[in-house]
Amino acid sequence: MATIKNLLGLGFVILFSCSISKAQNNEGQVHGNVQIDAQVYKTDSIIGAEVPPSRMGFNSYANLNYTKGNFTAGLRYEGYMNAMLGYDEEYNDVGIPIRYISYRSDELEITVGSFYDQFGNGLIFRSYEDKSLGYDNAMDGIKIKFNPYKGVYLKGFTGKQRKYFDLGPGIIRGIDGEFLINDIFESMSALKSQVILGGSFVSKYQKDENPVYNLPENVGAFSSRFTFINGGFNLNGEYAYKYPDPHPDVIDQYNYNTKFGDVILVNATYSRKGLGVFLSVKRVDNMSYRSDRNATLNNLNINFIPSITKNHTYALAAMYPYVTQPNGELGLQGEVIYNFKKETFLGGKYGTNLTVNFSQVNSLKTTPTANYEKYESEYLAIGDELYYRDLNVKVHKKINNKWKVDLNYLNLKFNNNILKLILDESGSSTFGMLDANILVADVSYKIKSRQTLRLELQGLFTEQDKGDWASGLLEYTLAPKWFLAFSDQYNYGNENDKVHYFNIAAGYKKKANRIQIGYGRQREGVVCIGGVCRNVPASSGFNISITSSF
Amino acid sequence: MKKLLFVTLAFMLTNIIWAQDIPSVQIKDLNNKNILSKDLFKGENMVILSFWATWCKPCIKELDAYNENIEEWAEETGVELIAISVDNTRSMSRVAPFVNGRGWENIQFYLDPNEDFKRAMNVVNIPHTLLLDREGNILWQHNSYTEGDEYELYDVIKEQTK
Repeated sequence: MATIKNLLGLGFVILFSCSISKAQNNEGQVHGNVQIDAQVYKTDSIIGAEVPPSRMGFNSYANLNYTKGNFTAGLRYEGYMNAMLGYDEEYNDVGIPIRYISYRSDELEITVGSFYDQFGNGLIFRSYEDKSLGYDNAMDGIKIKFNPYKGVYLKGFTGKQRKYFDLGPGIIRGIDGEFLINDIFESMSALKSQVILGGSFVSKYQKDENPVYNLPENVGAFSSRFTFINGGFNLNGEYAYKYPDPHPDVIDQYNYNTKFGDVILVNATYSRKGLGVFLSVKRVDNMSYRSDRNATLNNLNINFIPSITKNHTYALAAMYPYVTQPNGELGLQGEVIYNFKKETFLGGKYGTNLTVNFSQVNSLKTTPTANYEKYESEYLAIGDELYYRDLNVKVHKKINNKWKVDLNYLNLKFNNNILKLILDESGSSTFGMLDANILVADVSYKIKSRQTLRLELQGLFTEQDKGDWASGLLEYTLAPKWFLAFSDQYNYGNENDKVHYFNIAAGYKKKANRIQIGYGRQREGVVCIGGVCRNVPASSGFNISITSSF
Repeated sequence: MKKLLFVTLAFMLTNIIWAQDIPSVQIKDLNNKNILSKDLFKGENMVILSFWATWCKPCIKELDAYNENIEEWAEETGVELIAISVDNTRSMSRVAPFVNGRGWENIQFYLDPNEDFKRAMNVVNIPHTLLLDREGNILWQHNSYTEGDEYELYDVIKEQTK
């Protein structure tokens, strides 16, 4: 392994050196970015914030990419000295975890080293990164993309997955094909209806070292997908199947089960000017798929099952986020977006935009069995247990050239017994079903053409967990360079601890460089994007964030 | 080994000529058809490239502001506006209904669900907007959005067309 790394490194040096000599005559390009997030921690007994031994969290990243003609090479430096609170301590290191060389022509792309990719919706393979979550399952290996004929797109790869500054033990292989039917058959190219078909196969290999069970060392998964488009109508779906993959990361009574896994996802949308409609249905059963069968948390996931609920970003609306339950769930989501035209009763002078969104996720209907499959599930039956329900309405209105208003209402039901977001010290859920109403008003007022004042008021009302919250934020921006913001979150409904979480932040940006400093308290919480979450402990102190692209 | 790599890089950085062509990465149009990112630059004019997502509030404000102004800017300078959504498969299907429901008619939309194009353009966070010439050279770029930033972009576009 070390030899291969060295060889690859040597390849880089040679490539870069050659490129340099040529770059002075021909054209070549270097681009990159730098990101630093740091916090100096302070003890704060009121919110239970503790200071880590290193007193400071410091995450730093730098990407450097060089492109010359059809060749691209790049690397990423990462340094966690130490990792900020909420990131896994296994990140505490410095190194160059990402490095690659890639050749691209119109028909062919070959990448060696680190790469990211996904097949279809990612149901059996998705390799991606999200720094705010500390998530990175980059592949290390070789990937080929080939476009042999108009409308035919083929991909294949083999590699190992990144785990912190190391690689996981398993090997993953995969192939994928996507076929744009209207491009392939010329007779269909003028048709109004368009069809895209796709299919993939992925397999993982990991040695069986389990002393008790005789586990499969190779586990495959396949998926097929389609898209049908006619005018403003779009219907797309994907079905994925995973062969038996006994592993321990399942609810206790079903662990090491030998049942297959499958998932179906169907999206239908219709849109025309001023109207958008979206409907989505998903059923997931036993689809945890990792390149190390003993991995837990967010490590070494091969696939990605997207959450079927709306991603909320206002602080209080995002307090109880839903995350996909890969072991089993059945969900649906619907949304309508409508633009009331200008100069109508509801539209007013500038038009009014209304969004109504609903989603619900339930358990599957399962029955335990006496064999090694351990359970079976009814395909079309809805389980009795409600996991999550979200009804939200949003109105966006420009009142005049100075005033803009966004109003949001959410009603959430959140089953903490299953989702286990808030746990006590012994790891048990502190409440069952949470029922919350949330209101958000976001108002901005343009003082002058480049100066804006924005006020955000939020309330979360619930009988469960920590009770009611109120939050306010006032932000002043002076375009294009400055901003200043004050915010407070107040847990006034908490009978034990009515705590204020006060923050001040200021930022300066120039072109693609940005620096932000802040001071204050951060509440304990969960950051979620896509289907992945990260727990962030309560903290207090001074923070700084710098980003730059070049 | 690592030292050697750094020395090479440092040397490279001090010597390189800063000129480029655009990275070519596979993205999708709103009908899920594959497109190479370099084909976005086939026209004669400058291109505004804006990275956004349906869940990103400042991005939506920014595209609202551009949508209001772009017709005028295009008439004056021929500039085109292309928005790249980095919504992953959780919300990728929402993009078409969202942009139509929002009434954004003057923007060309593409999808980058695994952030390949975003990474290739070295974007850290969204919103991130770039102005490129027809060869794909970066003339200007800007991270995050505050109301009124569009005036700066307009000034840069005007300056470039002088």
